[in-house]
Amino acid sequence: MAISRDQVLYVAKLARLELGEDELERLTSELGAILDAVSKVSELDLADVPPTSHPLAVVNAWAADEPRDSLPLEDVVRNAPAVEGRMFRVPPTT
Amino acid sequence: MSAVVDTLRLTAEEALALVERGDVSPAELHAAYLDAIGERDAELHAYLRTVEYDGATSIPIALKDVISTKGLETTAGSRILEGYVPVFDATVTSRCRQAGLSVLGKTNTDEFAMGSSTENSAYGPSRNPWDPARVPGGSGGGTAAAVSAGLAPWGLGSDTGGSVKQPSALCGNVGLRPTYGTVSRYGIVAFASSLDQVGPVAKTVRDVALLYRIVSGRDPADSTTVELSEPVELPTSERLDGLRVGVPRQAVALEAIEPGVRAAFHSSLALLGELGAELDECDLPLSFDYGMPCYYLIAPAEASSNLARYDGVRYGRRSDGATYRETVERTRDDGFGDEPKRRIMLGTYALSAGYYDAYYGQAQKVRTLLVREHAAAFERFDVLATPTSPTVAFPLGDKAADPLAMYACDLLTIPSCLAGLPGLSVPCGFSEGLPVGLQLVGPQFGENALFRAGHAVERALELDLVPERLR
Repeated sequence: MAISRDQVLYVAKLARLELGEDELERLTSELGAILDAVSKVSELDLADVPPTSHPLAVVNAWAADEPRDSLPLEDVVRNAPAVEGRMFRVPPTT
Repeated sequence: MSAVVDTLRLTAEEALALVERGDVSPAELHAAYLDAIGERDAELHAYLRTVEYDGATSIPIALKDVISTKGLETTAGSRILEGYVPVFDATVTSRCRQAGLSVLGKTNTDEFAMGSSTENSAYGPSRNPWDPARVPGGSGGGTAAAVSAGLAPWGLGSDTGGSVKQPSALCGNVGLRPTYGTVSRYGIVAFASSLDQVGPVAKTVRDVALLYRIVSGRDPADSTTVELSEPVELPTSERLDGLRVGVPRQAVALEAIEPGVRAAFHSSLALLGELGAELDECDLPLSFDYGMPCYYLIAPAEASSNLARYDGVRYGRRSDGATYRETVERTRDDGFGDEPKRRIMLGTYALSAGYYDAYYGQAQKVRTLLVREHAAAFERFDVLATPTSPTVAFPLGDKAADPLAMYACDLLTIPSCLAGLPGLSVPCGFSEGLPVGLQLVGPQFGENALFRAGHAVERALELDLVPERLR
């Protein structure tokens, strides 16, 4: 198995996913199979090859630093599940 | 009203001419498509929602539900965005509106555009107009089914590893994945940002070129966009004299290609030759062996980062917990379906400390080699030809339980996506009574050559691409 149950639990924690017991089991086996398949990339010796993060050779794009209108506040919070005044409302951190 | 036009056969170009001559008003045309949707979409489920005519001056268009539409719910096929109503238009939506196009509705997609069948949509699958027991492909199966069944003259999809090209092939449409950077992603629900591109789907190559002309070009709101190096040309020539077509040996050798697809592909190669193209074999030694593994590291890694924004705080659904963290974790567990979760997990793992170099870093280096080997091929050729999909449309449920089998649907479309290259899928025949697509790949900004080649094939074949059961 390319990945253990404990590793899956740890990754779920990093990804902020509260996985149920059945999901955890299924993902452990599915991720194992997928990781076996994608590990094929390690067959190649690529020590001297630079990475590609972006397929176009573009240089940095600059924009003029000019003030302009942003979205009205009521639009910014319009889709939020919970709002208080001008703010997004969330439960306490602890 | 539906008697005004037969939407089944109407191309976008013909529809534009009807409106221009005043034979049909934009309102009547919009209504005719809504009537067709009312008649046929209960079975096909191409649309997640439709829109009444809004006073636009030209013909209608269908937009995949990953494209933001101001005031109109946009879910990306996910429960986590249920009820989300964008407060701004995507740039491509604005460009369509500026061209006078009326939005007919939002089309179904695999959740967050992750899939090859639309079976991953949280709102239920779409079905193939040629055979409703089969999938329309994905992720943009909704747009493809709509265009094929006369429920839209044309539409926009998004393509990360084949989501425009593959459903176009499976439904008998023309679909373009443009050169990376030529169409703005501002307002598109992000999946894998170094790969995502918006692309047109239509009944003809000329329609696709026309829509590409409308939506392409630099957008200050997407800093990865560039101006086209040459204007979009609507193809007219029926000859392909002098066009150099390369056929990648390693693609043709793939066992995954069904015999019927292979036969249709080989006849289309013979046809290209008859039309004057110069064909020769070429080598892409790594692309078809390493493209898939490379893609399934890079795309999930980027997805895990892009999908981090769904936390139930600023938009979308929330599942309440006692603490902030519990709320975020519960929201994401309840809101995401199986495939996004798989990819978030895979991507998070590939990016995590201790594994980054072996997986994500290594995949980025493989990507460099794929870019290089495509560049080498284009020193000798103007266009590369392969089948678009190894199979015709498959029955619903066939691959749903096996993620790796589903991933293999994009075996032929993925390599050029990783290299940032444009690809056009054009119908080239039938197998088992279902459409087969020819994939034409060009060098960066090589769209005009693809249009030229695709148009000549289309004209020479004159296939009837209205699904037999709807004729």
